[in-house]
Amino acid sequence: MKGPGDRFDGWTSVAVALTGGYLLLVIWPLVMVLINSFAGGGEFSLAGFEKFFSSRLYYGTLTNSILVTVCVTVLALVVAFPLAYFMTMFRIGGSRSIQMLILASMMSPPFIGAYSWILLLGNNGMITKFIEDTLGFKPPSIYGFAGIVLVLTLQLVPLIFTYLMGAWRTIDVSLLEASESMGITGWRRAVQVISPLLWPTVLAGSLLVFVRAFADFGTPMLIGQGFRTVPVLIYSSFVGEVSIDKSFAAAVSVIVIAVTLAVFLLQRYLVSRRTFSMTALRSIEPRRLPGWRGVAVHIYVYGFLTLALAPLVVVVFSSFRKTLYGQLVDGFSLDSYVDSQRDILRYVGNTFGIGITALIILVVIAVLVAYLTVRRKGALSGTLDTMTMVPYVVPGLVIGIALVTAFSQGPFMLTGTFAIMVIALAIRRLPYSVRSTTALMYQLNPSIEEAATSLGASKFRTLVRIIIPALAPGILSGAILSWVTIITELSTTLFLYNTSTQTLSLGIYAEVIRGQLGTAAALSTVLLVLTMLSLILLMKLPGGQKELRV
Amino acid sequence: MTSITLRSLRKEYNGQVAIPNLDLDIHDGEFFTLLGPSGCGKTTLLRMIAGFNSIEAGTISFDDVVINDRSPAARNIGMVFQSYALFPQMTAAKNVAFGLQTRNIERAESIRRVEAALESVHMAHLKDRLPGEMSGGQQQRVALARALVIQPAVLLMDEPLSNLDAKLRVEMRDTIREAQREAGITTVYVTHDQEEAMAVSDRIAVMSMGVVQQVGSPAEIYRNPANRFVAEFIGKTNLIVRDLHQRDGVTTLDLGEGVSVDVTSTIAPGVSGRVQVSVRPEAVRAGGSGLQAEVVEETFLGSHSQIRARLSTGETIEFLEFSRRASLWERGEKVVLQLDTEMLTYFDAETGASIMQGAKL
Ligand SMILES: Nc1ncnc2c1ncn2[C@@H]1O[C@H](COP(=O)(O)OP(=O)(O)OP(=O)(O)O)[C@@H](O)[C@H]1O
Ligand SMILES: [Mg+2]
Repeated sequence: MKGPGDRFDGWTSVAVALTGGYLLLVIWPLVMVLINSFAGGGEFSLAGFEKFFSSRLYYGTLTNSILVTVCVTVLALVVAFPLAYFMTMFRIGGSRSIQMLILASMMSPPFIGAYSWILLLGNNGMITKFIEDTLGFKPPSIYGFAGIVLVLTLQLVPLIFTYLMGAWRTIDVSLLEASESMGITGWRRAVQVISPLLWPTVLAGSLLVFVRAFADFGTPMLIGQGFRTVPVLIYSSFVGEVSIDKSFAAAVSVIVIAVTLAVFLLQRYLVSRRTFSMTALRSIEPRRLPGWRGVAVHIYVYGFLTLALAPLVVVVFSSFRKTLYGQLVDGFSLDSYVDSQRDILRYVGNTFGIGITALIILVVIAVLVAYLTVRRKGALSGTLDTMTMVPYVVPGLVIGIALVTAFSQGPFMLTGTFAIMVIALAIRRLPYSVRSTTALMYQLNPSIEEAATSLGASKFRTLVRIIIPALAPGILSGAILSWVTIITELSTTLFLYNTSTQTLSLGIYAEVIRGQLGTAAALSTVLLVLTMLSLILLMKLPGGQKELRV
Repeated sequence: MTSITLRSLRKEYNGQVAIPNLDLDIHDGEFFTLLGPSGCGKTTLLRMIAGFNSIEAGTISFDDVVINDRSPAARNIGMVFQSYALFPQMTAAKNVAFGLQTRNIERAESIRRVEAALESVHMAHLKDRLPGEMSGGQQQRVALARALVIQPAVLLMDEPLSNLDAKLRVEMRDTIREAQREAGITTVYVTHDQEEAMAVSDRIAVMSMGVVQQVGSPAEIYRNPANRFVAEFIGKTNLIVRDLHQRDGVTTLDLGEGVSVDVTSTIAPGVSGRVQVSVRPEAVRAGGSGLQAEVVEETFLGSHSQIRARLSTGETIEFLEFSRRASLWERGEKVVLQLDTEMLTYFDAETGASIMQGAKL
């Protein structure tokens, strides 16, 4: 029996080429990491793993990471659920702007959060100084466990929030009315009737939060100090703060992938057991909540918004302050911008050059893979689809290590080149782009393509003239979201850049590490402006607002 | 002008047989309909003709040229889909022009033909609208124009009207019929709506479970169904079981209560025993002499009523009556049913196959 996916034609060659490229650029480097993790000094050994599990110094980072991740995931859910509930059920003043701003805080570069909380609550932070000066005692430290959890939670609540808002919109108001008619209202209704329906969404959102928090490198690196998480351990053992041990770094990477993969599979299993599809004929209309409860709800929503936006405001504010030897001092000036203008131009140039190249490659590959998996179901496209998901469970730092390992010697000497930066960023974003483009492709009625074929159009012509234009609005919105995450990406490219390929986010990181807080603030402001402009562009697109909310 | 010949056609989906072995001849310029219940394989067969489905065995020929291995793009077909399948980003005119562009028709000629095609489906005034800005009926008109404008050898339509409301369906089917007549294109039309099939078709193939039950003009398959399935699927009918009696070369059917019919010249020679009698509602009249029955229910439908009555044997008979009586029938009221014996058809009680003279036994 021959399925449509098994027919040999141009598409088969595309599938083969994509698979080959993917094997070379993603799978092979990761296999190298795996091999390295088992190879100490040229022969098979478990030394890397033994080392990890033998000292508290090392395995402690794993328990630290898990502790942080679990706390962040739970806290993010606990904070986001009421937020989404209030925003759906009740009329909140400025609701649209609030959603927009929450999204903006989610899209802002993750490590800027950590950095600006240092500016606020660090040893020399604004609030720290204020409290010391007026009240005469030292506030609790932002460094370590609590700081990491605070920063990551604030960063990731918007993520679950957007997921939940999307799910709420699929709940038909008749469900609420039905439960009300049975005397179940208020919080009981939210917990007993609604939360089971939101369960798959909560799981999907939690997984994303878990993966992000577990793999996050910038935040613990900047404010973890003595409290080290696994990504920090990988980083330090790979660049060798004390001693370089690449096989140890590889072993730790494998452990991290194993944990992420396990959580990923668990989530899949849980979701597969309870899925239901819903579409709301009538979505929930928010109603006015009078009295003290209305006030309380507003305080909650605006309170969160303030906390989420504080880092952004602080960074922009700090960029206009005077600096002395890198430290911020009293008074205002444009020195941070003026002094680093050449760097800023270089970083922005690199960010655009590398980012846009990566974006184009990303979009093209995502469209091709999505087409193959949706329209040409077969063994090959199935494999391809699974393979593109691999980077989803691999932390950015590990992707970076894998690429360095595979392409720093021999025939493929790519480290430090423009190409490797582009490859790394494209690989990192591919799972997300492929998912969203696949979802778009599924919405396109297959008859449309058949109609084009029946009118005599070739496969290529159908793709270029019919399919891509029909999906263009969705592809464009998705591309802008990818663009935002590409320009804010840090960990993947950390091992791969040199001065001629340094991007804005890498520049910010370098300046923070060097203690040049003013310059870092100026660069962060530039990055934030770029991000905001991109989001505004997205909002202006037809259908872009819908994209933003989901 | 193209005729379509299907020989020993077989279709499987992952080893599941959808069409076991099918032969069909569709004549040049004919409006041919595939009719049958949901899941009987109409779409499957149509998509095989279009080239979108693989063929497991057998041949499809256009004008006696086997086209099994030709891609859909090379078959010169026009296709109209149930879901319209207009290109969402193109206006009505651009949609219609697309097929001409792939054929490298010169620009002025293309514009002229697009206008004419839109005109023929009464859509010229909306040529600059996007599909999203048109009603379902308007979209389907554009889709029809798009399929016709390329002057295809064969026009294929899969339930093109099923997304439209009842009134629009009637209007659109006239448009389709008109446009097809005008262009004289061989057309294969799929529907599960027997009334629609009767209204538009030159000939109909009634299908069930991947097998063609009967091919014929609407009147033929209604008046002389090849088997019980066709009789029940096309129009309404009452089926009752009776015995044949043979004496002195004369075959009679005993309807009961002394009523019997001489069927010697209607039934194929040599048939005996139990048969199924198909009694169309219009063959039944209340009053006169005939079978005793008791009214079970009357459904008043305006111009006429639909009446269900129970025979003394326990079998139910449904028939129609024009609304002339002042009062409705009462439940339990006695009624005598007179059957127009000319209009009865007979089937083998076991196999359900027609046992009429001339039927293929
Ligand atoms: N892509 C497919 N894969 C597997 N089985 C299929 C596929 N398409 C159709 N079938 C099966 O083939 C049989 C015929 O389906 P088909 O779609 O041709 O029916 P149809 O007569 O068009 O019905 P309807 O009136 O509901 O459209 C059905 O049993 C169906 O389940
Ligand atoms: Mg069908």
